[in-house]
Amino acid sequence: MSRIEKTFKVLKDQNRKALVGFLMGGDPDMEASEKHCREALANGVDVLELGVPFSDPTADGPVIQLAGQRSLAAGTNVAAVLALAKRLRKDFETPIVLFGYVNPFFSYGYARLAKEAAAAGVDAFLVVDLPFEESGEFRQHLDPLGLDFISLVAPTTPDNRLGVILKAARGFVYYIMVKGVTGARVDIPADVAGHLDRLKKHTVLPVAAGFGVSNGSQAKDAARHADGVVVGSALVRAATEGRLAALVREIRQSLDG
Amino acid sequence: MKESDKFSAVPDAMGHFGVYGGRYVAETLMPALIEVEKAYAAAKADPAFDAEFRSLLKHYVGRPSPLYFAPRLTEAFGGARIYLKREDLNHTGAHKVNNTLGQAILARRMGKRKLMAETGAGQHGVATATVAARFGMECDVYMGEEDIRRQAPNVKRMNLLGARVVPVSSGTKTLKDAMSEALRAWVAAVEDTFYVIGTVAGPHPYPVMVRDFQSVIGVEAREQFLEQEKRLPEMVIACVGGGSNAAGMFYPFLGDATVKMVGVEAAGHGISTGLHAASIEAGRPGVLHGSKSYVLQNADGQVNNAHSISAGLDYPGIGPEHAWWADLKRVEYVGITDVEAVAAFHELALLEGIIPALESSHALAEARKQARRVGKAGAIVVCLSGRGDKDLESVLEYDERMRK
Repeated sequence: MSRIEKTFKVLKDQNRKALVGFLMGGDPDMEASEKHCREALANGVDVLELGVPFSDPTADGPVIQLAGQRSLAAGTNVAAVLALAKRLRKDFETPIVLFGYVNPFFSYGYARLAKEAAAAGVDAFLVVDLPFEESGEFRQHLDPLGLDFISLVAPTTPDNRLGVILKAARGFVYYIMVKGVTGARVDIPADVAGHLDRLKKHTVLPVAAGFGVSNGSQAKDAARHADGVVVGSALVRAATEGRLAALVREIRQSLDG
Repeated sequence: MKESDKFSAVPDAMGHFGVYGGRYVAETLMPALIEVEKAYAAAKADPAFDAEFRSLLKHYVGRPSPLYFAPRLTEAFGGARIYLKREDLNHTGAHKVNNTLGQAILARRMGKRKLMAETGAGQHGVATATVAARFGMECDVYMGEEDIRRQAPNVKRMNLLGARVVPVSSGTKTLKDAMSEALRAWVAAVEDTFYVIGTVAGPHPYPVMVRDFQSVIGVEAREQFLEQEKRLPEMVIACVGGGSNAAGMFYPFLGDATVKMVGVEAAGHGISTGLHAASIEAGRPGVLHGSKSYVLQNADGQVNNAHSISAGLDYPGIGPEHAWWADLKRVEYVGITDVEAVAAFHELALLEGIIPALESSHALAEARKQARRVGKAGAIVVCLSGRGDKDLESVLEYDERMRK
């Protein structure tokens, strides 16, 4: 059983929801970033999405854009994020998902990337701008090594497309709750429940809902119809403001309470 | 397979030109792109769509644009006869309107009431704002703060046409960042907004759709040349940023094996300085803004900043079909520096009474180099993609700096 499967199964058996947390690898530099990751993992993040910075992040709002810029300015690249994952893996069994845009991965070389990621203890990849249709080549390198390619589904994804995407999905499914870029929002959209129910008809995999979740009560709201929630921009901001552990604990308590 | 068939067999159903092209966007946008693709396929098959497009090209844009034999330029270059395809005489002063008109008609067919666009030099922004006014649609144009500063007159034009210019402050504050921001904004507005991409880049179906709309340039030029010289030209030259005027110019000539084609990238301060926008010459395959093509990038796959005196060529990528033509060696891609382009800008103004856009000046500078090679018995068609009024400030500033 993979770390991701195991994590979601244990949570389900305990009737709890998963907290999937995003932090940008190397933000603001590698040392601080490692400290933030350890803090998040120690305080209740169940799946770590570790960002690989890209110069042109077309799906990200200002908070994660700036995090990526800080990370790049500190010299972060794919190899450095892989090394960070490897250091974290020594002390944590938490699933690690490398999260980024396709060009740095393509540039690194899919074969080498898959091999090194597996060796570093990475569990999955989530590539924002690599939709199902273009993902075949990368998947070919991930599958034999047991690395999951996480599928994204949006509120705009029609039913016929859901079927195709989810048939090939591995690990868990990331449901993008809003039509928009990443970043904290005031309200969780009202149509989330309907979309998540629709999605569940096509897959037995756990579903994590994300984009816009910034605090405990929103997380609880979003998790109602999902198996977990993803919190990104809010964690990144909390990390820069020195209140990451507190926010993770708040969301954890709210989800568990 | 016949030579011409090879080039019309692409892209495949997913928008691939060989290994290039495709659709590399967030899932949120995929359904919208599929919707545009289907709507465009239906429009293409509908004679009424084509009739409206042709009619507006004629009566609103002022097509066909002339193919002008430039006698004094020919004499100065001392070789092949130089013909200029006068896209600068179009309404709004550049080739951009051919495409925005096509996309606006498509947007209206799809029931969209808002247009959005990215712009560098402001030419595509003006062309989009123009058709938005013509069709009574709202229009948002994303433009980098640096370009807003460099191209102030075009910002005023867009405002006058009723468009909202949205300043983009991320990254280098130029075209690359404007396009990234436009893609972000489209994700949030995807249901009622049509994104009018201004070049043959971006995700499928934009590269093929923009090339089709711009092909009117090459179709006309080929007919006009045949009429004037009763033969085909030896060479066709066009400048390439994203590559829309070049794609439109080259595409109808692809099957003519005797016609050499040259795409001119901006070599800025020179390729060796790193300050340029020559994606094919100095880049390598990668993914930027929704498609795979040649991209200027560092060893880690981070996109480099481009540099060119011409804001319209100041882009670190290039349309995927150009990448494919380059690999097949059907089109040769070369670089022209800022210095060479500015010299050509002055030369055309003085010799022919035509002030060319700095973008088009790159194509002219290459024609100067090629004229003797082609020889006096031959002819070169240069795409004069736009007029240079917008560039007066930049050129005067540049000349001032060079004098010091």
